[in-house]
Amino acid sequence: MNRFDWIQVLVTLFVLIACAPLLGRFFHRVFTAKGGLVGRFVDESEMDWKRYAWSVIVFNGIGLVVVYLFQILQQSLPLNPAGLPAVTWHSAINTAVSFVTNTNWQGYAGETTMSSLTQMAALTVQNFVSAATGMAVAVALMRGMTRKSTADLGNFWSDLVRGTLYILLPFSVVFSLVLAGEGVVQTFSSNVEVVTLEGAKQTIPLGPAASQIAIKQLGTNGGGFFNTNSAFPLENPTPLSNWLEMLAILLLPAGFALSFGEFAGSRRQGWALFAAMLVFLVGALGVSLWSEFGGHPAFPGVAWMEGKETRFGVVNSVIWSVFTTAASNGSVNAMHSSLTPLAGGVSMFLIMLGEIVFGGLGSGLYGMILFAILTVFIAGLMVGRSPEYLGKKIEAREIQMAILAVLLPSAVVLIGTAASVVLPAGLSSLSAAGPHGFSEILYALTSAANNNGSAFAGLNANTPYYNLLLAFAMLVGRFGVIFPVLAIAGNLAGKKIAPASSGTFATDSPLFVLLLVGVILIVGGLTFFPALVLGPIVEHLLILGGRTF
Amino acid sequence: MTEKKESSLFEKKLIAPAIRDAFKKLDPRSLVKNPVMFITAIGATLTTLEFAFATRSRFNLQIAVWLWFTVLFANFSEAIAEGRGKAQAESLRKTKTTAKARLLKGKTETVVNATDLRKGDLVVCESGDLIPGDGEVAEGIATVDESAITGESAPVVREAGGDRSAVTGGTRVLSDRIVVRITTETGDGFIDRMIRLVEGAKRQKTPNEIALNILLAGLTLIFLLAVGSLKLFADYSGMAAGQDLSGVVTMPVLISLLVCLIPTTIGGLLSAIGISGMDRLIRKNVVAMSGRAVEAAGDIDVLLLDKTGTITLGNRMAADFFPAPGVAGKALAERSQLASLADETPEGRSIVVLAKEKYSLRADHYDAKHTDFVPFTAQTRMSGIDLEENGRTTRIRKGAADAVAKFVAELGGRMPAETKAEVDRIGRLGGTPLVVCEEASILGVIYLKDVVKGGIRERFAELRQMGIRTVMITGDNPLTAAAIAAEAGVDDFIAEATPEDKLRKIRSEQERGHLVAMTGDGTNDAPALAQADVGVAMNSGTQAAREAGNMVDLDSSPTKLIEIVETGKQLLMTRGSLTTFSIANDVAKYFAIIPALFATLYATGGGVGPLSRLNVMGLATPESAILSAVIFNAIVIVFLIPLALRGVKYRPLGAAAILRRNILVYGLGGLVAPFIGIKLIDLALQAGGFV
Repeated sequence: MNRFDWIQVLVTLFVLIACAPLLGRFFHRVFTAKGGLVGRFVDESEMDWKRYAWSVIVFNGIGLVVVYLFQILQQSLPLNPAGLPAVTWHSAINTAVSFVTNTNWQGYAGETTMSSLTQMAALTVQNFVSAATGMAVAVALMRGMTRKSTADLGNFWSDLVRGTLYILLPFSVVFSLVLAGEGVVQTFSSNVEVVTLEGAKQTIPLGPAASQIAIKQLGTNGGGFFNTNSAFPLENPTPLSNWLEMLAILLLPAGFALSFGEFAGSRRQGWALFAAMLVFLVGALGVSLWSEFGGHPAFPGVAWMEGKETRFGVVNSVIWSVFTTAASNGSVNAMHSSLTPLAGGVSMFLIMLGEIVFGGLGSGLYGMILFAILTVFIAGLMVGRSPEYLGKKIEAREIQMAILAVLLPSAVVLIGTAASVVLPAGLSSLSAAGPHGFSEILYALTSAANNNGSAFAGLNANTPYYNLLLAFAMLVGRFGVIFPVLAIAGNLAGKKIAPASSGTFATDSPLFVLLLVGVILIVGGLTFFPALVLGPIVEHLLILGGRTF
Repeated sequence: MTEKKESSLFEKKLIAPAIRDAFKKLDPRSLVKNPVMFITAIGATLTTLEFAFATRSRFNLQIAVWLWFTVLFANFSEAIAEGRGKAQAESLRKTKTTAKARLLKGKTETVVNATDLRKGDLVVCESGDLIPGDGEVAEGIATVDESAITGESAPVVREAGGDRSAVTGGTRVLSDRIVVRITTETGDGFIDRMIRLVEGAKRQKTPNEIALNILLAGLTLIFLLAVGSLKLFADYSGMAAGQDLSGVVTMPVLISLLVCLIPTTIGGLLSAIGISGMDRLIRKNVVAMSGRAVEAAGDIDVLLLDKTGTITLGNRMAADFFPAPGVAGKALAERSQLASLADETPEGRSIVVLAKEKYSLRADHYDAKHTDFVPFTAQTRMSGIDLEENGRTTRIRKGAADAVAKFVAELGGRMPAETKAEVDRIGRLGGTPLVVCEEASILGVIYLKDVVKGGIRERFAELRQMGIRTVMITGDNPLTAAAIAAEAGVDDFIAEATPEDKLRKIRSEQERGHLVAMTGDGTNDAPALAQADVGVAMNSGTQAAREAGNMVDLDSSPTKLIEIVETGKQLLMTRGSLTTFSIANDVAKYFAIIPALFATLYATGGGVGPLSRLNVMGLATPESAILSAVIFNAIVIVFLIPLALRGVKYRPLGAAAILRRNILVYGLGGLVAPFIGIKLIDLALQAGGFV
């Protein structure tokens, strides 16, 4: 790494840390406002957790059906300049689930599968509202944690509209314009055919890309307009667009983490969670960069350029890979299959933790809060009081739900991977052998069950087996967490708030951050240690010994 | 007397029955209550079957044996904790024998079995009789030997009406005759409940224990998935590497990995911790009516303490003499002493003592024949002495300022302004001024002071550090109360408190999210005792108070509350520390077993594979590594039994300091200890030729 590489890493982190507090305060204001424009159109009456959860089901259920229908019927709908046929049923189910769950796993190639109408009216809409759903659930949890002796968690519809209208839309509009200014395409015209210098004919896909790219980055969606995602020049044309898109991955989730402190009435509480996230982010960046710049035994001192985006270089590909897996974004500017085994393992590990290192918009925060609840419970007892978080007693119900939310996605990853590495339907999609093949499957399940959506590439996932398995994984990974989170929110809201004293377990101290990191590593991470050993770690060790797959 | 009950952790006579019980507890019906141990037992069974019917290797046998040991060690920890309680219950049960009761119906007495008594029955007890059941003295007064439950040999007085009316079944009347109204049904009396509690037989899991069990079950499930899927991952890897791993990744090995990963340490010790927490409380002569109350004690952050007996010694003492203008200090002291000679109240005696100490006055030259003592009456609100000297009677009086002022006014005297100012000043300081006069002239003021117990201020400072606020309850006026509160260092006080005030205070503190503890003995304390999160009733109190509280202090000591809070905190701390230790252990176990499992994977030319690099402990062979991890996992339970029974060391510090310390010992220790322990066991196994 040269000096400019270092400067870029540091500046990126600095901008992120500097913007987060402002965003945190802004988000808090958006979600605590009442009435106004939104109040005139939306009934903002308070909901208990069951009604809130029911609204989430209804809204997302409708979303699933709508996205599915758009894909199945696109050949007879307008705005299909390339005349694309209907999407296969299993791919349509997979894609519908994928976009509704904010995963944006893409088993298909965007420009050759989806019409402009499907992209805009179905997919881009879900890019907004799935992110807004995540925010709403996180806000409901924060309300539950900070309100006293009530069942009220706010109103889902109001939260959904406010999140979309005041946060996602304005940020996306501005960002789309900036991206379009940098050269990202934004047009309704159909593909153009050009003759290359060699005289060959090439079709250049076009479409309303800039508007989707903006929200795909900001809303931790990650589903690209084009198949190769942000590695494609029309999606990511310049170094500036690359840097901005990279920053946009983490910007809103980082701000959201700090809104926790605003809700809690103590900014330190928000910074504590933020710090734990940052520890993982910096650690992951460190290991990945070390591995990528460490060089192959055959070429010591040479960075691993294979498969990286040549326009941006290794550092930008590595930062992106870490950011996109830390947040549940999943967009890529280089294929993760081309990362060194260790850097690929780091990406996978970040996702395995449950997308809590800033994570998905809203979902990253509530995932982290779940781990904070577990930490408070395990370590909080050590001060000689039954555990409390923000003055709320953490009891059987909260633990039950928190463990459930941690258990479900992990179970899907482990069982799904185990099934896929022995079933012919699972193995036939592999492109690589040995531990790398194992990593391909493990990565796909991990990415889906934690709603990341990035792909390792290599695995042909557009088969009925993988489309349905991964759709199931995405559903469990999303709603298997959302419902326990809302149940916790409802349960906590009904409790009293014990005032803090010197006998209280402090959840805003560096020691707590350390404990939180420890619990995440041991409870969230160690589960996957054997799997990582048999995938990326053994591959890394083999490459050091001179073998590749 | 608490000394007497203190027994060493492992009494010899407890060990043999505990070992027997450890085997008895292998009954699946009792194992299933503990998911972690249940899984371990299933693993042990499968490994045993594997050894018996499939692979008869020495390695499999050793794994099976150690897995069974893991379960037995956990059972043993529970059995020994229960055994200690049972020993105590045994001595309690002796008092229950087959007592007869003299049932009183109208005027006639009939002898019935104590077990046939019903609530509301009246029974007669005379000297030598065992009181047949819990109840209240309806008639009479008697001395009662309560040593069976308190261990205290000095008899106590129980009488009808008032705050000392409760009697406990199984205690013995020493003198006089009382009629007792039975207030509990047979089998639900105080001693029955105590026996049930110490035996842990019907021990209900406490809320925090339930939550912890859910966490442990959840972790067990996660690791079950991790290990179960590992088998298939291994199959794929073997296939990809073109190797046959089925001889290495065997069922006993996977079960070993599973048992090492699931939280067996805390899972095995959890119930021992709970039982011994209760036991520790009983050793402090406090009976908790439920484990829930013990847990709540750890959470208490407001203590309501009665001033008298808890914060102050209980009696006012003379602290100083303030003579009126023109009167010598010694003269005032001498007259005060005279006026108090016959006053047998502690206040009176303290005046005599103060005069002696300050002016060496002995008051022994007075001829009792010529003196006439005037006792205190509610009408005069004064006491004193009439001296006959030379045929003249001199009246010396001491009493409340207004009473004495009236007395001298009638004789034509008046109170000097200086004295009046002194009286006000003493009142403001929280003292009680006693004005002394001789006939019409005021001699001065005696300053009576509530004496705050030695060391109590430091105790409250400790409590404050632990985040516990103390509230003093007193019947004194606000001025006096404020002065004593300041001196004792309590955080808050309620002056002129009525029982309703206590109740109101508890409710308002709870409304603000605090957990409140209080002690009480009177019937009028009962509502507050019931409302408090931890209500400690004095054993000497009324039956109503004992029913309302969720703990009973057999010593009837007002400062016991502080010890109760400490015991509750210690219980929770022990639980948290061992959970942290148990979970932190997993890291090392992974590093022992995973490299052992896959040491040969992708190996070329019969050498070791790349993953043997993860064998950071340098364990000798895969078998030895796995066995060492399993053995460590089993014996760490035994090593921690004393800690579970005794509880982690408690220090009155703030949460941050306690946490730092416990993290260092149990968190960091939990990470490091197994690395060392497994390596040592590995070396021992090598040396002993076991693998």
